[in-house]
Amino acid sequence: MKARTVKYTFSQGFKGLWRNRGMTAASIGSVAASLMILGLIIILVLNISNSAELLKMQFDEVQIYLQDDLSVQEIDSVGNEIEEISGISEITYESKEEALSKFKESWGEEGYLLDSLEENTLPNSYIIKIENLEIADEIVNEISVIEGIDEIKYYKEVVDQLLNIASFIRTAGLIIILVLVLIAVFIISNTIKLTLNARRQEIGIMKYVGATNWFIRWPFILEGMFLGFMGGVIAIATVYFGYNYVFEAITDQFFVMISVHMIPVESMMDKVILMFAVLGTGVGALGSIFSLRRHLRV
Amino acid sequence: MIELRNISKTYSKGVQALKNINLKIDKEDFIFLVGPSGAGKSTFIKLLLKEEEPTEGNIIIKDKDVTNLSRRKVPYHRRNIGIVFQDFRLLPNKTVYENVAFAMQIIEASSKEIRRQVPMILGMVGLSNKASSYPHELSGGEKQRVSIARAIVNNPSILIADEPTGNLDPETAWEIMKVLKQINRRGTTVLMATHARDIVDIMQQRVIALEKGRIVRDEQRGAYGYEG
Ligand SMILES: Nc1ncnc2c1ncn2[C@@H]1O[C@H](COP(=O)(O)OP(=O)(O)OP(=O)(O)O)[C@@H](O)[C@H]1O
Ligand SMILES: [Mg+2]
Repeated sequence: MKARTVKYTFSQGFKGLWRNRGMTAASIGSVAASLMILGLIIILVLNISNSAELLKMQFDEVQIYLQDDLSVQEIDSVGNEIEEISGISEITYESKEEALSKFKESWGEEGYLLDSLEENTLPNSYIIKIENLEIADEIVNEISVIEGIDEIKYYKEVVDQLLNIASFIRTAGLIIILVLVLIAVFIISNTIKLTLNARRQEIGIMKYVGATNWFIRWPFILEGMFLGFMGGVIAIATVYFGYNYVFEAITDQFFVMISVHMIPVESMMDKVILMFAVLGTGVGALGSIFSLRRHLRV
Repeated sequence: MIELRNISKTYSKGVQALKNINLKIDKEDFIFLVGPSGAGKSTFIKLLLKEEEPTEGNIIIKDKDVTNLSRRKVPYHRRNIGIVFQDFRLLPNKTVYENVAFAMQIIEASSKEIRRQVPMILGMVGLSNKASSYPHELSGGEKQRVSIARAIVNNPSILIADEPTGNLDPETAWEIMKVLKQINRRGTTVLMATHARDIVDIMQQRVIALEKGRIVRDEQRGAYGYEG
């Protein structure tokens, strides 16, 4: 394509956008909205998965709660049985009294509040350290069949729950996005239809004079791509400032613990920018092509 | 220049618009296509433009069989043919100059070529002094001359006009005919569908008469030949 054709194409594309300012805004808005939701989902899913990974690393400990009515001998024999399982590097017994004082310690200065507890409901337990986290599940399975055990607490539950939440958000989110994208494509294709109708006469003349089909189509496709791209840019900006804000609010104010688990803004944007620009532009092009297929016989 | 071999056209609703048309048109021809309403004149033109496909037969233009031209090649085929309509079809928001230049931009002519060619063509149709006027500022005859200028600015070998004087008073119509004849003298084949009896009778050009889709008459220096 020649340079002046490119110029012509652009100027035609933008004239159309300006002529239908209202629809232009609606189109950009719809793409931006879809991508913002996508951004939210990406942020949630990535952060949750990330936390899950970090949690895994931290929890090489498995806590085995014992039933409350075991005798000292029974407790010992449970301990022996556990020790026989291979892959355990350390085993410690923690009585319910020790558990309580540990618990108090973790409350720090407010620990005295627990003094008023009438009954110690914390269980006796064994705490084991696992050599190799990969086989944690197997070890837990072997332990779980031992008599006298009430419950086994280990990272997997937390991690599994987090991963479940992440996958739920992903699935639900993708469905929502799919619907939003369809709406965006529809709105864009309508915008393009308007510019198409405004230029019907011009297109008619172009055909008679011998304009190639692509010469006629390009301004419209470009117009759609621009709409989508602008939506992408808005979504990128929103995700950037929004995430930055939340990140800092969390770090500054309450939960330093959580922010440690959060993916930093920069590495989040690395993923988002290109993806949104491409997706936005793509959705825009799709909208135009739909419209051209339906309303322009070349 | 143009050759039709056994051309028939049946529209989807079963209307037979053209029946077994055989025809040869030479480069220097100036042709009047006459016939009552519904005879098939516009259909004939649409076939030449590849706006409609013939149901049967072959169309040869400039020694090239264009019957089965692919969609992609149709635009290039159309660059051989200039077209003028009864209703002018000018772009209202463009000046006379821009309307004509538009036809050149569309086929990606250089701006140098455009700057040279457009004033020359406007001079030819007698509109040099109206270059910066908008269509609503022009008379019907002037509008039609702009549309003729646009049709020939890319130097097509054939100029087709479908009732170009249909919306004009007799005097203005004659001005248009002068322009068309002048274009024909410069070596462009002109094919004009018309109901203008006076013009056909006086011009003494080749007349092809259609009736119910058939050629009923083809005379070298013919007359309109119908009553009413
Ligand atoms: N797209 C179409 N679909 C179906 N029938 C059509 C179509 N176009 C034209 N026809 C029919 O074909 C026949 C020839 O029409 P055409 O327009 O070629 O006539 P014409 O000679 O140009 O008439 P006029 O002098 O009124 O312009 C008519 O019977 C018309 O109704
Ligand atoms: Mg007609």
